[in-house]
Amino acid sequence: MITQAILARLDLRGRLFLGAILAALVLVPVLNLVVPAGSPFHVPTWLVSLLGKYLCYAILALALDLVWGYCGILSLGHGAFFALGGYAMGMYLMRQIGTRGVYGHPVLPDFMVFLNWKELPWFWYGFDMFPFALLMVFLAPGILAFVFGWFAFRSRVTGVYLSIITQALTYALMLAFFRNDMGFGGNNGLTDFKDIVGFPVQAQGTRVALFALTLIALAGSYILARAIVTSKAGKVLVAVRDAESRTRFLGFRVERYKLFVFTLSAMMAGLAGALYVPQVGIINPSEFAPGNSIEVVIWVAVGGRGTLVGAAIGAILVNFAKTTFTTGALAPYWLFALGGLFVLTTLYMPKGVIGTYAEWREKRRERATLAAHAASKPAE
Amino acid sequence: MNLPVTSFLLYLDGVSVAFDGFRAINSLALTILPGEMRAIIGPNGAGKTTMMDIITGKTKPDTGDVLFNGSVDLTRLDEAAIANLGIGRKFQKPTVFEMHTVEDNLRLALKADRRVFSTLFWKDSESERGKINRILATIRLEHLRDASAANLSHGQKQWLEIGMLLAQDPKLLLVDEPVAGMTDAETEATAHLLKEIAKDHSVIVVEHDMAFVRELGVKVTVLHEGSVLAEGPLDTVSADPRVIEVYLGR
Repeated sequence: MITQAILARLDLRGRLFLGAILAALVLVPVLNLVVPAGSPFHVPTWLVSLLGKYLCYAILALALDLVWGYCGILSLGHGAFFALGGYAMGMYLMRQIGTRGVYGHPVLPDFMVFLNWKELPWFWYGFDMFPFALLMVFLAPGILAFVFGWFAFRSRVTGVYLSIITQALTYALMLAFFRNDMGFGGNNGLTDFKDIVGFPVQAQGTRVALFALTLIALAGSYILARAIVTSKAGKVLVAVRDAESRTRFLGFRVERYKLFVFTLSAMMAGLAGALYVPQVGIINPSEFAPGNSIEVVIWVAVGGRGTLVGAAIGAILVNFAKTTFTTGALAPYWLFALGGLFVLTTLYMPKGVIGTYAEWREKRRERATLAAHAASKPAE
Repeated sequence: MNLPVTSFLLYLDGVSVAFDGFRAINSLALTILPGEMRAIIGPNGAGKTTMMDIITGKTKPDTGDVLFNGSVDLTRLDEAAIANLGIGRKFQKPTVFEMHTVEDNLRLALKADRRVFSTLFWKDSESERGKINRILATIRLEHLRDASAANLSHGQKQWLEIGMLLAQDPKLLLVDEPVAGMTDAETEATAHLLKEIAKDHSVIVVEHDMAFVRELGVKVTVLHEGSVLAEGPLDTVSADPRVIEVYLGR
């Protein structure tokens, strides 16, 4: 019954997207675990983790598309929510190291011993328990987004001004997390992870499981986002995007709708960050860098703003290109290529890959109908 | 505070507002009875739109009383709260939600719980569909139900916006220049539509088009430099030498 309710909300594009996720969920683990390493079909473990990383970015892009594509909130600070979710997971992973650290301290992570700290800071309490850490993965970015949004949306800060203060937010957090006395590992961040819920992080099986979990999280985030944008509240969000003051005169509390979707989107970004950290093996303050958040906007723009599926595809495409470019002789030119890609997309494909494809198909169908009409005319 | 101070549906007294020293509204007094339809005319810059902004909460007056339903102080409320009290507004430039279909535009406007979680879990109902169908018939857009609002003609957008007002089912409708840019036939149809609406709603119409105001046949208030210059039937008002002077210039 739930499956039916979900399918009813999906268009063809959504079904194809979930179908692709399901296929990857079966294929990639099988090709990695079952197919022998010598076979040309074998997917090496490093590739599984790399794909997992792309999928985390896809969830982040989906989160941004929900606020930007559907509600017109151009957040240039979503990297901050991603990083906070990542730090919450990183703190859990640090506390799992136990006596296996370089200094062998049973409670304190290495960097605290190194800094001569005697006691665990209060905000590290509870992170040894996975359920608590998981809760924080959602709460830390969620609360920040709620407080930030509460003030920003109430004061009716919109457009460029809002984008700028979201940039300032992530920049301020980056500077704060760089400081050693903040208690988050300073510029080295958190790394050297050993276990996650009892399984070794580096093991092949764990990596495949994390990849599969990320796929499931992507599917879940997509279904949730889709349910929201197809509901009446989703129509209100689009109304806010296109004619904010008109929506207010209809009696909708615009700031509450924005706050709802912004907070939810931040939590989604936090989940993406939490899945990212164990697969990449490190989280440090550079994740808060303003440039990261801007990159997310490019992914969404390239894939197609306001399409959800497009955002996810854009994230995967651009990051695939990034990996290809930055590992060869072309590495120094990657940023130029990324900038060029954004300019070209804005100029020639304002609807992104997905939107342009949909338009092209629509035109072809129209032409086919016209041709059919023309063909049937002489017969009359 | 909840005791009715007046029996008027809308009561403005001594209202003034200045923008950078320019007095857009100058000790304005205006009262609307329940069920009344009123036309407001005046030359450009007379303060008609600013008056609407004050009533709907977009602009806060510097001084003066704005009371709705005899007791509710509108100057303390924001746009959404005022809309939910039952004051609907149609803008001078038609503003509909272009990306939505005609039907969805009405659905969003339809009187309902406006809170986030109620709209999130909102379900289409037979009675809502019935209301939407009736409004579509009234504004003659039945055949365009699934068309995107962006594709409507100017006149159709004006009607859709009036339809959205109907869907809100407010006690008081503020209608700003409903026939601007319309053909004669459309103007006539709009006058007819507004007269229909006025049967069970209070309506304030701001309009430049004298033929249209004559068609409505209601009491007229002339605004000039932010205050009331004359009030009464159109014929009396248009014979007033002060009104003629304002309209024709010295």
